[in-house]
Parts: sequence; structure tokens; C-alpha cells
Amino acid sequence: MSHAITRGTTGLTLRLVLVAVVLGAWEAGVRHFEIAPYILPPPSSIFAGLWRGLQSGIYIKHAGVTLAETFMGFTLGTMLAFILGTAVALSRRVEYFLYPFIVMFQAMPKVALAPLIVVWFGLGLTSKVINAALVAFFPLMVNTIVGLRSADEDRVNLLRSLAASRWQIFWMLQLPNAMPYIFAGLEIAMIFALIGAIVAEFVGAEQGLGVLIQSMNFNLDVAGQFGVLLILSVIGLILNGLITRLRRRVLFWDAPRATNTSLRKEPGT
Amino acid sequence: MHGTVEARGRSPAEPRPLASSTEQIAVRNLSLRYGDGADAVHALTDIDFAVRDGEFVSIVGPSGCGKSTLLRILAGLMPPTQGQALLAGSAITGPRRDIGVVFQSPVLFPWRTVLANAEVPVHVQGLNRKAMRARALDLLKLVGLEGFEGRYPRELSGGMQQRVSLVRALIHDPALLLMDEPFGALDAMTRETMHIELQRIWMERRKTIVFITHSIAEAVFLADRVLVMTPRPGKIGAVLNIELPRPRALDVVNTEGFGIYVRQIRAALNATGGAL
Repeated sequence: MSHAITRGTTGLTLRLVLVAVVLGAWEAGVRHFEIAPYILPPPSSIFAGLWRGLQSGIYIKHAGVTLAETFMGFTLGTMLAFILGTAVALSRRVEYFLYPFIVMFQAMPKVALAPLIVVWFGLGLTSKVINAALVAFFPLMVNTIVGLRSADEDRVNLLRSLAASRWQIFWMLQLPNAMPYIFAGLEIAMIFALIGAIVAEFVGAEQGLGVLIQSMNFNLDVAGQFGVLLILSVIGLILNGLITRLRRRVLFWDAPRATNTSLRKEPGT
Repeated sequence: MHGTVEARGRSPAEPRPLASSTEQIAVRNLSLRYGDGADAVHALTDIDFAVRDGEFVSIVGPSGCGKSTLLRILAGLMPPTQGQALLAGSAITGPRRDIGVVFQSPVLFPWRTVLANAEVPVHVQGLNRKAMRARALDLLKLVGLEGFEGRYPRELSGGMQQRVSLVRALIHDPALLLMDEPFGALDAMTRETMHIELQRIWMERRKTIVFITHSIAEAVFLADRVLVMTPRPGKIGAVLNIELPRPRALDVVNTEGFGIYVRQIRAALNATGGAL
């Protein structure tokens, strides 16, 4: 029974065994075929490198920088996206004038702007925050517009029939109604902000995990790079978990039509 | 001229103080037209009727006869092209605070509890929350939802959700209750229960009710008076006084008097090509 397997401690054990088998095969394969460590290092040297990096504090320091950029960019980008998205959703005039810009920017891969941003705002924190904000901006803005506009017409009519003001309709109906869309947007924006920060670090920076990856690449320290990738995926998981947790609190009423974008599904829910 | 069907039920009319009743709603020469000239669609033409204070009026007609449009005009959600509708002497020119509306679907907010949904008008209109809380609990009890105050809509059945929307329509003590096929989406048995309950609530609270439906039996069962609407253009084809004694039990539908009303309404609809 497939259901029985995905549930309970047996399932967890099987998953861990599978991970161990894959890592074991990797280790054995690399050793057996004598693959050069600058092409594909064995898991043992990746973990050894990770351990050394964690002990020396070098990972923590750079991860802290990247995290700060990501958070600041996420906050800045999503706040602007929410304000602008709301303005577009509520005002036809704002929509009319902003539409050409929105269409132009939406079609453009935002990471392609990173070199320009670094030229304009320098090698420091600012350019990373701005790039992260730029990448995080669109998913939330689009979802805010769609969410605010998706208010059920019957519900709008109900409030109108009670002589509700436009603002009351916004606060009592449109905004809560948009929350599932907004949270779906926030989940994407969080990961996008991390991507934006890393890309900007690639282009030009003095600190951060992106810088670390590049310098390790330069020194053919492939094991070290794998270590950083591991750290990045842990960071991504934590960031996503934060939003998911917040979402569960705010959207307690939206349980049945959960639009969970995270890969990890709770068994038995 | 509207053809008025004179109708007499077998049972004697319930003694109701008609003389002291005042005109609560007056609809005068009301027309609604979409478009202009030759392409104009006449949704409503020369609608004329009055509803007394405390009276239960049903408007029955096939879909597309404009009955829901008429209700939207009475609710102030759209203006008529011609004529006017008055509530307690003043023209309905927009949404008003003294009207309660029950729609076909319950139209609840899933993020609000039953109690908070019932209190939506209190929040919109900035009424006294303390006094209204007591009233909300009282009304929820009246519709049999005591103990469900803290539940969310998704935990409720369709019939229970529609009861919540009824409480919401009553909470701000409106002078007029507009109901737009409120039980249309419910199963037959729940619908019958709701008929009995609505009658009980109406007899207890004596609200003026305008009830839109496409079910002839529902119209006759509930109303003091039935306005028959015919389509293209939407107009009132016949008016029947339903003189069945109250409270009416469900088996009143099997009586001869009830059958006569149903036949008369069907005849009125057929006569004008608005067969159901």
C-alpha cells in the first residue's frame, strides 16, 4: 500500500535509507572511477569541507550577509509590490498609466538587470538589496492585483446593499479575500529574493555566499561549493518554512484550497 | 391595465389589521431599459405595486422575467430608467441602511465566524456593538443556530449557511427584507424546513418581506399576496391575495384552496406566454 509507506516511522526510515544509499553509491562511484575531486568530489570530502567551513565561521559570516540582503530585499520588494498592486487593482487610472511599464518589466528576466544595478549602486549591500527587491517584486504584485480583483461579485453586492463605503469593501472583503493569493506570492517572492541576492553577488560583491561560491570556483574547491549549495538549500527551506508557518496562522480559514508551492508535503494532511 | 385575478381560498381570511397598515413600499411606473432606440431591451415595463407594512409579498415568474432586476432596484444596487421605488415615503436612490437582503447563495465570508458574519452590517454601519451582540445571539437562537456562533461557514451545511445570511439580513432591524430566491440552491427537504422557519420568523417579527422565486408553490405557501411577473417585457401580469390561514403547515399544499391558487398563477403565466 503506497499510503502506508508515506506515513509513520517506517516511511521516514525508508527515506533516510534511500538518502544513505544514494550517498554511498556516489562515494563508491567517485572512488571506483577515480573521478578528479575538482570535477565531482565524494560526499565525504563535501561534509568534511562543510564541517571545516562551519567551524572556521566563514560560512556563517557570508550566509549572514546573504540572509540580510535577502530579508531586506524581500521586505522592500514585497512592500512596494503590495502598495503598487493595490493601487493598480483599485484604480483604473493608475492601471492605465502603469500598464506599459508593468508589461515591459514583467516580460524581462529581472536577473539580467543585476550588472546595471551593481554599476549604479556599487559593490556593497545596497545593490544586492535592490536586486533582490526587484526580483521579489513581480510575483507579489501580480498576485496582489489578481487577489484583490477576485472578490466575489455577490459579496461585493452584499456589502454595497448595506451602504458600505469603498474602503469598507476593501478592508472587509477584498483584502482578506486576496490573502491566499498574497501568501502564494510571498512564498515565491521569498525564494526569488534569495536568487536576486545571489545573482547580484555573482556580478560584484565583497561578501556573501555568492562571492564564496565564485572564489571557491576560482580555486577549484568544488567540495566547498557543494557545501555552500547545501547551506543555500537549507536557507531556502527555512525561508519557505517561515512563510508557510505564517500562512497557516493567517489563512486558517483557507485550509481546503491550500496552494502550497513547497515541495515538502506533510504526510497525512 | 394589469389583469387582476380575483382569488378566494376555501378558508376564511385570517383577521389581519389591514386598515391600520401603512404603505411601506410603493413602486410607481417603474421601467428599466438597456440600450436605446430600436436595440433597446426592455427588462422591466411600467411596474406598479405597493406593499403594506408587515406584508409578505412574493414575486413569482420564469427566469429572465426581470424579477431579480426588480429586486436589485429595490435594494438600491441599480437605478431604474423611469419611474421610482419608494420605501417609507422616500425614494430609493442608492443602497440604504434600512434594507436587508438575502441572496440566492448565502454569501458568507469564510474568514469570519458565524457570529462575525451575522454582525457584518453592525461593522459596516457602525452600530452599537454591545447591543447588537445580544441581538445577534438572540437571532441566531431564533433560527436554531445556538451553539454554532464560533463555527466557520465551511463547517456548516447549506441550509445552516442560509440561516446565517437570514440573521445577517435581520440584524440591523431593517424596515424591509428583500429575498432573492434564497432557498433555490437548497435540497427539497431543507427548503421545506426553511419555509416553515421563515414563516415562523416573519410571524414573530412582522417584517415587510419581498420574496422573489420561480416556484409557484413556494410563492403561494409563504405570501399574503403573490405578484405574477411575465417576461419580455417584464411586467406584473396578475396579483393574487392568498387567503390561507396562518401558520400554514406543510400539508397545506395538498388542500384544494392551495391548488386553486397554483392553477390561477399558472393560468396567468400561460395567458401571457410566460409558461413555467
